[in-house]
Amino acid sequence: MTAQPPPSDVEQFHPRARAALSDPQVRQNFRRAMDGLMAKRKAAFADWDLDALRDLGAAVRQRALAELPNLLEQLEQQLQANGIQVHWAVDGDHACRIVTDICRARDARRVIKGKSMVSEEMELNHYLEQHGIEALESDLGEYIVQLAEETPSHIIMPAIHKNTDEISELLHDKTGTRRSHDVEYLTASARQQLREKFMQADVGISGVNFAVASTGTLCLVENEGNGRMTTTVPPCHIAVTGIEKVVPGLDEVAVLLALLTRSATGQHITTYFNMISGPRQPDELDGPEEVHVVLVDNGRATLYQDPELRDTLRCIRCGACMNHCPVYTRVGGHTYGTTYPGPIGKILMPHLLGLASTRHLPSASSLCGACGEVCPVRIPIPDLLVRLRREAVDGDRLHPSRVAGHGSKRNPVEAVAWRSWRWLHSNGGRYRLGTALATRFRRLQPANLGAWTQYRTAPRLASRSLHQWVRQRSKQESDES
Amino acid sequence: MNARKQILDRLRAATDTAAEATPLDFTSMERPPWSQEECLQRFEQTLESVHGEVHRVDRAHWLLRLAEILQARKVRNLLAPVEHPLGQALRQSGRDDLPTLLAYDQVIEAWQPSLFNDVDASLTSTLGGIAETGSLILWPTRDEPRLMSLVPPIHIAVLDADQLYSTFLDALRQQGWSAGMPTNALLISGPSKTADIEQTLAYGVHGPRELIVLVLG
Ligand code: SF4
Repeated sequence: MTAQPPPSDVEQFHPRARAALSDPQVRQNFRRAMDGLMAKRKAAFADWDLDALRDLGAAVRQRALAELPNLLEQLEQQLQANGIQVHWAVDGDHACRIVTDICRARDARRVIKGKSMVSEEMELNHYLEQHGIEALESDLGEYIVQLAEETPSHIIMPAIHKNTDEISELLHDKTGTRRSHDVEYLTASARQQLREKFMQADVGISGVNFAVASTGTLCLVENEGNGRMTTTVPPCHIAVTGIEKVVPGLDEVAVLLALLTRSATGQHITTYFNMISGPRQPDELDGPEEVHVVLVDNGRATLYQDPELRDTLRCIRCGACMNHCPVYTRVGGHTYGTTYPGPIGKILMPHLLGLASTRHLPSASSLCGACGEVCPVRIPIPDLLVRLRREAVDGDRLHPSRVAGHGSKRNPVEAVAWRSWRWLHSNGGRYRLGTALATRFRRLQPANLGAWTQYRTAPRLASRSLHQWVRQRSKQESDES
Repeated sequence: MNARKQILDRLRAATDTAAEATPLDFTSMERPPWSQEECLQRFEQTLESVHGEVHRVDRAHWLLRLAEILQARKVRNLLAPVEHPLGQALRQSGRDDLPTLLAYDQVIEAWQPSLFNDVDASLTSTLGGIAETGSLILWPTRDEPRLMSLVPPIHIAVLDADQLYSTFLDALRQQGWSAGMPTNALLISGPSKTADIEQTLAYGVHGPRELIVLVLG
C-alpha cells in the first residue's frame, strides 16, 4: 500500500471549484447522491415533531459542552475502572505518536481501521506508514478511497464522488478483481479480501460517535459490520476521538442516535449500534485484550473558549449540512481540500488549520441558510460563517478577532472603501450630496468590480436617487392640486 | 499527564459555561402508546424494510420452523449456544432434520480461520426487541460471544414476543442499563449492508448477509 498523498492545498479552493463545476461527471454524481439523501432524510422524520426533537438534540449537546471538563474527567475515570486505557493528545501529531507507541509496544505491523474522521484529521495512515506500520481502511468507501490514493469527499459516504464504473476499474487495477457493473459482486470480492486482513491485523483502530461519561462506554454507529470486526477481532483496539464527543449518560445517547442516523442517511437506525465498555474479560472467549482511547484536542479546547464559536463543537457529524448545501452539491467534497468539507468544514477547519489558509472557505457560501435549518443540533452555521468572514477581514472593532490567522483576508483598499462608505452614510447631508454626485456621474462607474463582476454584470446606478424621485413626485402632486 | 492538564486547564479557562438547571424534556422522543400487537407489527415492518426476515412462531414449534429455514438454505452447520435454554432445547431435541450443531467453546484464537471460513449460520438469543427501529438487543456472553452474531453469513436471532419495547430509550430505561453495562452491548437492525458504491445497496459486506428473526409467541 502506498502512502496517502498529502492533503490537497486548501488555498486552491477557487481553481478547484472552477474545475469541478466544469466536470459533468462530478456534478452528476453529487447531484444524484444528494437528492437521494435529502429525500430519505425527509421521509425518516415524517412522523416526528422534528423541531422539538432538534431542540432536544441541541439542548443535549449544549449541556454536555457546558460541563465538558468535568465530563471528560468522569469519562476517564469510568473507562479506567472498566479496564480501558486513556490517553490525551494536544494535537494530531501527538495523537499519531500515541497510537504508534501503542502499536510498537505490541510489535504490531498491521493495523485495520474502521471509519474515523478524527484519524483523517490527524493523517494517521500517512504517519503510521512512515513508521513502517501498514494501515488498511475496512469501511468499503474508505477502502475504495484509500486504493485510489484519495481522501474522502463526504464524511458519511467517502467514495460518493465515484460511480460504479470508476470503482470497478479501480478494484481491477489495484486488486485484480474482475471488471463488473454488479455491485454485489464488487462488494463480495472486497469482503473476501478484507476478511483475510481482519484475521491478520495486530491492532484495530476506530473512531467514536458518542462516549458515555457515566458508564465509560464507547458508541459506534455503522452499517457494514467492519466497525464491529475492527473493534472485536484484533487483539488490541484503539479508539480515537475528539474531546467533544462525550455525553453525560445513556438517555442522551438515545436522543443523539435517533437524530444522527435519520439526518445522515434517512435510516431509523443503522444496522449496528456497537457499545463497548471494556476489553475481553477472563471469562470471555473473544474481544480485544487491550482497549485504548485517545482523546484528541487538536484546536478544540481553544475553540471552546469563545461562547459563540463553541457551538461548532455540538456537531455530531451527520453530514446533513453538506447534503443540503447548494455549494457542496455543485463543487463536491474534494474542492474544499479539507478533512471536513461542506458547511461544517467551513466553520470547523479555520480552527484546525487557522484562517490564513482557510480564509476562502467561510465566503464560499450563499448564506442561504439550508445548513442551519437541517442541522439536528441546531448549530447556527450561517451566523458562524458570518462571524468567520468578519474575522478574516478583522472587520469589527466591537468584537475583537480571536481565531488564529484572523485578518488574513483584509485588503487595505477595501477597508478604506468601506470606511468611506460608512462615513458617507452616517450623516444625512453627506449622504444626499454623495447620492446626488453618484447619480450625476454614474457613467463614470467602473464596469469591473473585481470578484463581484467575475460572474455578474455590475449593478447600474439609477439616474435619480430615491430622495430626488420622491421630492420630484410630491412637487408634481402639489402642482396638480 | 501534561497534555491532560493542558487540555482541561484550557477548557476550564472558558467562561459562559453555566449549565442549564431545568431538566431535559424528552417528550419529543416518546412514541404513541402502541399495544403489544402494534409493537410487533411495527418491529416486523421496519426490520423487513431493511431486508431482515421475521417469522412469528408458536413457542412449541420453533425448532420445526428453524429446521425448515435452515434446510431451505442448505445450511450444513449451525453455531449455537450451549448453556442458554435455546441451545439446550436445540441440542436435546433429537431431531434429525437439523444441521450439525457447533459450539463456540474455545477462545477465538484457537479456531479463528474455521469460524471465518467454515461456519454457515449462527443462532443467538436476544435480550429484547425495539419496535420503532426494528432492532434486536444483544449482550454477548461467554456462551454467545461477540463474533457469533457477526462472522457467519446467516444470523438467526430468537426474540421473545413479550420482550418488545417501543423505543431504544424505553428499553434502556426499563432494563436499567445505566446501572452497569456489559463489555459489549449491541443493537442489530438488519443484515450487514453498504451503499458505498454509487448508493446501491449490497448486503453481507462484512457481517451476515441474512438476518432471520424468530419471534416466539
Ligand atoms: S454541523 Fe450539524 S448538520 Fe452538519 S454535520 Fe454537524 S451535526 Fe450534522
